[in-house]
Amino acid sequence: MSGNLSVRVWRGRADGAFQSFEVPRYASQSVLDVVTHIQRKLDATLAYRYACRVGMCGSCAMTVNGVARWTCRTHVDKVAADGRLEIAPLHHLPVIRDLVADMREFFDKWARARGSFRGTKTRHDGFAAVSPASRKRRAIEAGIECIGCGVCYSACDTVAWNPDYLGPAALQRAWTLVNDVRDTANPERLRAVAGDGGCGACHTHLSCTERCPKQLSPTAGIAGLKRAVTMAALRGTL
Amino acid sequence: MNSHASALGNDVRARNHPAWWAFLVHRLSGIALAIFLPLHFFALGQALEGAAKLEVFLRWTDQPLFHFGVWGLVVLLAAHLAGGLRLLALEFLPWREWHKTLAAIAAGFTLAAGIAIALAL
Repeated sequence: MSGNLSVRVWRGRADGAFQSFEVPRYASQSVLDVVTHIQRKLDATLAYRYACRVGMCGSCAMTVNGVARWTCRTHVDKVAADGRLEIAPLHHLPVIRDLVADMREFFDKWARARGSFRGTKTRHDGFAAVSPASRKRRAIEAGIECIGCGVCYSACDTVAWNPDYLGPAALQRAWTLVNDVRDTANPERLRAVAGDGGCGACHTHLSCTERCPKQLSPTAGIAGLKRAVTMAALRGTL
Repeated sequence: MNSHASALGNDVRARNHPAWWAFLVHRLSGIALAIFLPLHFFALGQALEGAAKLEVFLRWTDQPLFHFGVWGLVVLLAAHLAGGLRLLALEFLPWREWHKTLAAIAAGFTLAAGIAIALAL
């Protein structure tokens, strides 16, 4: 593997522009390697965010050639067959600078979706017995590995069309808690995800499911919430 | 620095996957069918004003362009029906990784309906 990559990198805030760089191409090179090369060798003022480099922390997500991806585990070979890369911050979030998106809105919506666990037991009580094979536990299993990278939020058009929309990650988190038999916040949680910005706003584009780097299906959780909200409304408990 | 800044929003590169195309077909077919509805009610309204008036209208529509329009309408109906059933299956049946299969089935149904009507016309 040799030659150069032609890389266009977003600079500035939302009203910024792309800046071009030539970056040496290596075998097994990740997009994060490319960004790091630019920051260390070509322009030290480039701002970007990463931590673990191994697909666990969810902090390095960016828009690569128009598609939201985790850059640490995105190989250049996979996305830049013609030797060209366009790297921008995640969409649908305010840009702090260059490749750094402001994630506050993303995580605030997790809180609005009642994404935190509320139980009744104390440390003095015994463990809850939850069968791993139960339907509810398996529903949790399907969504619990979210790393909060924001790729689904960036990929989702409904987030752009409806600023109140809670987004795939927050709704998926709510769905895992709806299925948690130990949790006691569910009537309140279902109300939180039933409004204009809740699960009913999803257009089922499945972009979140298509782009999730952990191969999760937030759409499955959102569909589950739609059913749960409908049943609660019919029972008069919403 | 290059001057050709692009807006930071999703474009076709982000949307280029089967489920988004299925959404677009469903939405556009729905809008097109809604636009057709007034014409449909107009034709039915002619029947209320007597058989002769309806006959004049029906004879006026008996031309190749209208036949092509009827074919288009059936294709739109087939696409919208298949797309709607696809969504119901996705959201109400137990979740499985079959959304691309469902989109393919919906596309196949629409194609089959289009060919069948074209042959019948």
